[in-house]
Amino acid sequence: MGKFISIFAAGLLFGLGLALSGMTHATKVLGFLDVAGDWDPSLLLVLGGAVGVTIVAFRFILRRPVPVLESAFRLPTAKDIDGPLVLGAVIFGVGWGISGYCPGPAIASLAAPNWETWVFIPAVLLGAFLYRLTTISPEDTARTRASEGSIT
Amino acid sequence: MSNFTPLSALAGGLLIGSAAALLLWLNGRIAGVSNIANGLFRSKRGDILWRFLFLGGLVAGTGLYYGLFGDIPVARPNFPGWLLAGGGVLVGLGTSFGSGCTSGHGVCGLGRLSLRSLVATLIFVVTGILTTFVVRHLFGVA
Repeated sequence: MGKFISIFAAGLLFGLGLALSGMTHATKVLGFLDVAGDWDPSLLLVLGGAVGVTIVAFRFILRRPVPVLESAFRLPTAKDIDGPLVLGAVIFGVGWGISGYCPGPAIASLAAPNWETWVFIPAVLLGAFLYRLTTISPEDTARTRASEGSIT
Repeated sequence: MSNFTPLSALAGGLLIGSAAALLLWLNGRIAGVSNIANGLFRSKRGDILWRFLFLGGLVAGTGLYYGLFGDIPVARPNFPGWLLAGGGVLVGLGTSFGSGCTSGHGVCGLGRLSLRSLVATLIFVVTGILTTFVVRHLFGVA
């Protein structure tokens, strides 16, 4: 029970921070990305403040053998700077630069949805679905099954 | 720089970083919104509820802020819907290919001193800046 409360609390704090920072306004995000316009450096301070906390806190947290409420840390294992990483970051950057939304603010917009919410979120889901189409091969399916522990 | 809001930006960033630290410390998870959301559709049973709770908390926290302080975003009346939809498809595609977004690579990956995340973050910020320039200043869409 406690572990579910803490996850909700972390999400709540994340949402509060996002709204306080102004980053739920797509126009404010674009104000940062638009260096040739009336430039708004706020996003730099949001990222700087957030990374300032994680860079210090994660050092201490990851010295623990396990997290407080779970039996293991679930951390990304990939280390390589490969094609998909670079290509994905380029594609995401273009979509972000067009719209002013990254996934956090897009989902946060459900708190006070307007027409942009109802266009953007389904479009993101479509994009994620298209990705799955490009990557599904018999091999991948077998690997996914194996990693999910349901080999038939 | 007439729209610069340094205090609320920094305070909001500190809260976001604290939320990511809390999730890692208590639950051992990375607060990457795109990966948490993507997992809703491909995870096995037992790996779904925590994702809903985190994203539900994210929406609730944002709603709580709007309830207390207002400042609710207003839709852009003249922004083309097809362009917004195109941007959304690219965000979904790109974060899937690149295994993360501003929170996963930016806030958490940089916090873990991940070179992968540093490279991804630099790339999407630079391409975001270039794209915004093209959209706003070459095509005149705002």
